[in-house]
Amino acid sequence: MRTRKKLLRTTLALAIGSVLLWPQPGSAMEAADAPETVEINSLSRLYSGVDFNHAMHTEIATCVQCHHHTTGGEVTDPNCIRCHAKSGESDTVSCQECHSSDRFSKEDLSKRDNPALYHIDKPGLKGAYHLNCVTCHQKTGGPTGCQDCHTMTEAGEKMFQTGKYAPTETTGGEHSGH
Amino acid sequence: MKTTVSRRTFIKGGLAGTVAATVLPEKKSQAATFEGYPDGMGVLVDLTRCVGCRSCEAACNEEQKLPQPEKPFDDFSVFDEMHHGQKRRTDETRYTIVNRYDVPGLDHPLFRKIQCNHCQEPACLTSCFVNAYTKTPEGAVIYNPKVCVGCRTCMIACPFYIPTFKYSSAFNPRIMKCIFCYDTRLKEGRPPACVEACPQEALTFGKRNKLIEIGRQRIRETPDKYEDHIYGEHEVGGTAWMYLSSVPFDQVGFDTHVPKEPILNYVKDFLGIVPMVLTIWPALFAGFHLLATRKDWLKNKNEDTHEEE
Ligand code: SF4
Ligand code: SF4
Ligand code: SF4
Repeated sequence: MRTRKKLLRTTLALAIGSVLLWPQPGSAMEAADAPETVEINSLSRLYSGVDFNHAMHTEIATCVQCHHHTTGGEVTDPNCIRCHAKSGESDTVSCQECHSSDRFSKEDLSKRDNPALYHIDKPGLKGAYHLNCVTCHQKTGGPTGCQDCHTMTEAGEKMFQTGKYAPTETTGGEHSGH
Repeated sequence: MKTTVSRRTFIKGGLAGTVAATVLPEKKSQAATFEGYPDGMGVLVDLTRCVGCRSCEAACNEEQKLPQPEKPFDDFSVFDEMHHGQKRRTDETRYTIVNRYDVPGLDHPLFRKIQCNHCQEPACLTSCFVNAYTKTPEGAVIYNPKVCVGCRTCMIACPFYIPTFKYSSAFNPRIMKCIFCYDTRLKEGRPPACVEACPQEALTFGKRNKLIEIGRQRIRETPDKYEDHIYGEHEVGGTAWMYLSSVPFDQVGFDTHVPKEPILNYVKDFLGIVPMVLTIWPALFAGFHLLATRKDWLKNKNEDTHEEE
């Protein structure tokens, strides 16, 4: 349960960050309060985890760009502002608190059946990471290739049939081809 | 056998044979009353999110135990491949394909995933005269390879060119197409392998009705980002797999001329070509045998509806 342990570490790091470094109530959370790095690996099977340089990203992006309304910064998105203009800081700002890691499971889907729920379309954890990171990286020229951020594991090589699992002249191309 | 260019001409040739066809009694269309299941599941494919990583293709290959591809799934040169002037398409070795589209005026390419759309009123199902196809309450369109006679009517009837065939022998044809991961996942309420693999959540799995709600919400809240249309909400009477796009759908390879009603009526016309197809097919004898034993099979059908693979 290597992944579990690491995940726990990440969560702990975030929790410690939240407890020790939480700013005074009422004021917006400061970027300096945040952890230096966050290890993103709760989903690592095909790819290894990412050591996300949080400190660096706080210099090139504002908190709300990734954390939406949860850090207490000014909400500008016209859709979010309808409810979150004054919702202030949340108790937690970590991605996985809001974005489910079991997206599309029966439980996840049935929760979204609630007719009173507005956030029926909230991405799961994996989707949230990639949609946020990749979209911004595309705009700002950051890395966008899969292996620019995380190396493929052996399980990944197997599924993608690449590396040592790549098709060869003799094994590949059962496809009728041209 | 590759089926890229010949289908339309095949249809035309087939229609010429309808004269001969009229001697056969018309198919009793029990399928005419079929409608989609209210709680059926579906997938909303959002082209604005897809980055062309091909994870879905790799996952499908693994899940469906399909043959090894010619190129690894992290080889992006496949996007430049052209076969008879057309982009890659699904076949008996790959149930799903992602193609790249360079849209004029856009500074980035768009990617479109193709697979069976799991129509609410599937033309493949209504056209099949041995009832090889089933639309399950979960939304999947699956098939029973044991009764298929390889006549290829479904291939012609499908508005999206999806069913293909594998011939291990002339008497043992087998339909091959995306089955929504029915037997390994959907049946148990789990998302298909391709959906689970997608890093971008470009594939959203859920109840079809909910997906339409989600699609509308995305369009409503970010109108600049989307065409005001969910492809598949009404096309061919509705499909379980639906699409959102940032550009007009015909610019990313979608057939925007498909009818808004089910293909059923059109299929009835197509049925005339079945005998024609049969006469040119070696499976003719297998077909006769099947027709003869079909009554027995139908009787048993209710008892083993899960026979399909
Ligand atoms: S897309 Fe084609 S094969 Fe799939 S259900 Fe519709 S008609 Fe049948
Ligand atoms: S639903 Fe399953 S069979 Fe269909 S394309 Fe996705 S992985 Fe392949
Ligand atoms: S896995 Fe998702 S993002 Fe990648 S090609 Fe498939 S649909 Fe697109």
